[in-house]
Amino acid sequence: MAGISLQRVSKRFGQVEAVSDLSLEIGSGEFAVFLGPSGCGKTTLLRMIAGLEDVSDGEIRIGGERVDHLAPGQRGVAMVFQHYALYPHMSVHDNMAFGLKNIGVARDEIARKVAAAVKMLEIEPLLQRKPTQLSGGQKQRVAIGRAIVKEPKAFLFDEPLSNLDAALRSRTRIELARLHQQVKSTMVFVTHDQVEAMTLATRIIVMNKGKIEQVGTPMDVYRRPATKFVATFVGTPAMNVLAGVLSEVGSMAMVTLKDGSPIRTSIKAAGLGGVREVEIGIRAEHVGSKGSIPATVEVVERLGDRSLVYGRLGDGTVVTFEEAGDIGLAIGDPVLLSFSPEHVHIFDAHGRAHQTA
Amino acid sequence: MTTITSLAVSAPAPRARKARAASRDPESVGRRSLWNLLFVAPFMLVFAGLVLLPVALGAWLSFQDYDMLSGYHGAVGWKNYIELWNDRIFIRSVGNTLWFVCLTTPAFVAIGLFLALALNNSWRSSAVFRSVFFGSSILSVTIVTLIWRLVYMQDRGLIANLLAPLGIPAPAFITSEALALPGIAIVTVWWIIGLPMMLFLAALQQIPRELYEAAALDNASRWRTLIWVTLPAIKRTVILVAVLEVVMQFQLFGQAHLITGGGPNNASRPIVMFIYEAGFRDWALGYAAAASQVLFVLMMAAALLQMWLGRTKAQG
Repeated sequence: MAGISLQRVSKRFGQVEAVSDLSLEIGSGEFAVFLGPSGCGKTTLLRMIAGLEDVSDGEIRIGGERVDHLAPGQRGVAMVFQHYALYPHMSVHDNMAFGLKNIGVARDEIARKVAAAVKMLEIEPLLQRKPTQLSGGQKQRVAIGRAIVKEPKAFLFDEPLSNLDAALRSRTRIELARLHQQVKSTMVFVTHDQVEAMTLATRIIVMNKGKIEQVGTPMDVYRRPATKFVATFVGTPAMNVLAGVLSEVGSMAMVTLKDGSPIRTSIKAAGLGGVREVEIGIRAEHVGSKGSIPATVEVVERLGDRSLVYGRLGDGTVVTFEEAGDIGLAIGDPVLLSFSPEHVHIFDAHGRAHQTA
Repeated sequence: MTTITSLAVSAPAPRARKARAASRDPESVGRRSLWNLLFVAPFMLVFAGLVLLPVALGAWLSFQDYDMLSGYHGAVGWKNYIELWNDRIFIRSVGNTLWFVCLTTPAFVAIGLFLALALNNSWRSSAVFRSVFFGSSILSVTIVTLIWRLVYMQDRGLIANLLAPLGIPAPAFITSEALALPGIAIVTVWWIIGLPMMLFLAALQQIPRELYEAAALDNASRWRTLIWVTLPAIKRTVILVAVLEVVMQFQLFGQAHLITGGGPNNASRPIVMFIYEAGFRDWALGYAAAASQVLFVLMMAAALLQMWLGRTKAQG
């Protein structure tokens, strides 16, 4: 178990900069999740930690030791690949034992470690099977088992759930969380699925275009997104973003939407640097349907415990709001929306978010 | 009205509907396969005319006393085979051929794999070398043997010139009984190493990169990665190359004919050359046909043995 430190790490593929001057500290025993859209550099970053990609600039340390010049096998990390990467001609047992045999671990020690791992993962009956005889979920367990037996300083997961069906993905997610509790090892997990990130992470690192947008606990990232990108990427449905003009009421900021509706906020105007053109963000659960902003219902999604309603404002902007249970609204109905002032975010021209202090 | 008219026109005729229903009927499968036979008939005709018929005729001929000079003298049973068994030149040619196959097949597999492993990357130099190593395959046997006769010339060949400064005499690849076949084997490997190399390259490129990355994280050395990841993944291609080469090298003829003429003292006379001489120099067609059958059986046995070994290992 060891922390991972990235200092000013960059990765260039020819002219393309996949990771740009990135620094990050992952604490020992932490479950860190790199979250971002395809092509944001999260997998490249994980592969650099694993040693599967060279760093163009910067330093990587694992447990205090500089490792960016070491071969993957010498870094003391284990990786679970997106497509499992099990050796197809080896049995489950041999797949798990291969790494230990390579470093000359005694046979009885290998047997003990493999036995402990298969017991933890409940895959004892599969030991003599070949990967082609396993289901996707079983392969995933074996891949995790192969990582566990090495007792690594850190586990690296590269979108390990993306090949599983929805039900299995949700079950495996819980098992991974349980595994983290059991082994208490540092885990770095890459995903573009925000549900995985929110449910597994002790800290989420949101990435975009090779840079870190925000580092924080799942609820911090959700409630207090640092940028417009984070605000719209994290959370389902995505946060509503509406353009408007900033003014000041008392010491607080107020934004007038394009349809003329004034939106009060509890954000101090002083911190906004006098900008005029801004955008406001508000999550669906913080939009009410008993206010004063006129909208017309376009779509109603009934999800059972709640309903999502898509309403169109006078200027054509669509605002999503959430109501508990089923609601009596139908397509075409007029509604009067309200935005909870303390939950409004203001995004400046650079996309930086400002919230209620 | 328009809609109704167009519907009426586009509706399938009752007979066509019946035919479609019949085609889904499992009982009509046999009838359909007869129709399908028409599509493969051109190939079957060529295959029957150029392969099956000659094989059958050859087998029949091997039991006949048929001499192009003195004519047909009827069936002789196993006489041709018994004579072959007692023919020291034939037995030696069988030995020579087997030895040649043993010399070349492992070399094709080992060198082909080595080249493929060395050139399995996206470097520009590797693309050039791939073309260079494959390039010799397009030369005709005449050109290849001409080049290598110059290389092997004992007094002023390339090898002699290279070894002269070291004071070592050039090996007598053409005139030595022990070196004649190895000499021809070297020529053959140089000539057509391109095909095994390409087959191995194709197989190597099918191995997922993630497997190598997993092996790297598993601390596997390059050697252990080759043994435990690469070779098992390309095992089918290894078998394919081995079987192809066994079948091809059993048919050695041109190189031996043009470099050593089967000599010295029959040391490099392969079975095909024996068959050629028996059939088209001595005109003993029945005898030559019997020798051909022996070659056929040897090739088939070797290929089957390899496939069986491959399968047994796979199951193991």
